[in-house]
Amino acid sequence: MKRTFFVIGLAALGGAALAQSDPIAERQGLMKANAKAAQAVVAMLKGAPFDLATVQASLKTFLNAAQKGPNLFPDDSKTGEGTHALPAIWENKADFIAHFAKLGDDSTALLGSIKDEASFKSQIPDLFKDCGACHGTYRAKLE
Amino acid sequence: MKRLFVALFAAAGLCAVAGWILSAPRPLYARDDWSALEEGGDATRGHEVFLIGGCQACHVTPSQSDPLRLGGGYELKTPFGSFYPPNISPDPNDGIGQWKVVDLANALQSGVSPNGSHYYPALPYTSYRNMTLADIRDLMAYLRSLPKVSGRAPAHRLAFPFSVRRGVGLWKLVYLGKPGLTADPSRSPEWNRGRYLVEGPGHCAECHSPRDVFGGIIASRRFAGGPTPDGKGKAPNLTPNPSRFGQWSKEDIETALATGLTPDGDSLGGEMAAEIRNLSQLPDSDRAAIAEYLKSLAPIP
Repeated sequence: MKRTFFVIGLAALGGAALAQSDPIAERQGLMKANAKAAQAVVAMLKGAPFDLATVQASLKTFLNAAQKGPNLFPDDSKTGEGTHALPAIWENKADFIAHFAKLGDDSTALLGSIKDEASFKSQIPDLFKDCGACHGTYRAKLE
Repeated sequence: MKRLFVALFAAAGLCAVAGWILSAPRPLYARDDWSALEEGGDATRGHEVFLIGGCQACHVTPSQSDPLRLGGGYELKTPFGSFYPPNISPDPNDGIGQWKVVDLANALQSGVSPNGSHYYPALPYTSYRNMTLADIRDLMAYLRSLPKVSGRAPAHRLAFPFSVRRGVGLWKLVYLGKPGLTADPSRSPEWNRGRYLVEGPGHCAECHSPRDVFGGIIASRRFAGGPTPDGKGKAPNLTPNPSRFGQWSKEDIETALATGLTPDGDSLGGEMAAEIRNLSQLPDSDRAAIAEYLKSLAPIP
């Protein structure tokens, strides 16, 4: 009985370790968080009530993705279940990483400069160009 | 028997003559009248025409980062072969520095070059033909303000029979409609503006529709989505059908054109990412007009 628990425990540990070393799942998790964060911000652009705390939480989500992203595209993760990452990532790794750096810098700057609805509406659309700049080159098209 | 041969020979000859006549390039404007079209031209307005037209997407010099160096040479891969869009910078030798407004108008509205030959419809004159002369004049003023780039694009590499340029004349008889749009007074000014942007300079249907074996848009499926020119991706259906995009509100479309973000927070990628960089710089009213028109299209499943 004790041994069974031990084995199950080991298996669970192994599973957890495996999950952590799955860069495809991890980077997709970050991008899904980004999408959710962006969704909240986009809704405000379309007339939902402005809420500074939500904007800041979204910016922190983008910043987190920008910091962790560069390490989640190791050479052995070019292909795999459900990935839309294009080979161009590994052909232009430095440029690809620079996109994350720009996203991080821009998010940090906006955390300081967005103080109210007016500054939000004038400054946030530029940040989204960072999304398109990278997705246009490095992610396979949807559908 | 001999008479039959003669008759066949004569018939073949007649066909060849008819084909040659039918396939003749027909520029819309006479070059002799160039000075009349030259008056005015506002480069600031022309910049907006340039943005909605997406000219740089194909004409920008590849492998460098300045989007305004329009030296051409980008490889546009299609099922018919590879097109290499030409240099449209104001360089007098390699670009279009010697062009008059009349030359740009003939290129965009009738697909005919200054020396009187056909352009391939990789240049989407099937849409650009709907542009106003005023917009073309403004666009010319803007193009003249850009940096000169020397060097020419390689020649197109196309499979036979598409390599026969004269054949484009026959293609035009089938697929190239009359130039210009007539405003629909029963619709709002916003809708008419949207139709102009979408069906004219914006040339949305060129990617968002399927094409037949000759590369013509299948009219019954216009805006119902199609493969990207390289065949690797798919441009989505833009009609308001019950699919994902069809369910977007007018505001969703406006926001996506301004930010590149879909209502669920995803980012538009592929070729559209570059278009968003252009469209995001247009006045809000133009993005609203585009959305208004797209929402009015007949739904196609």
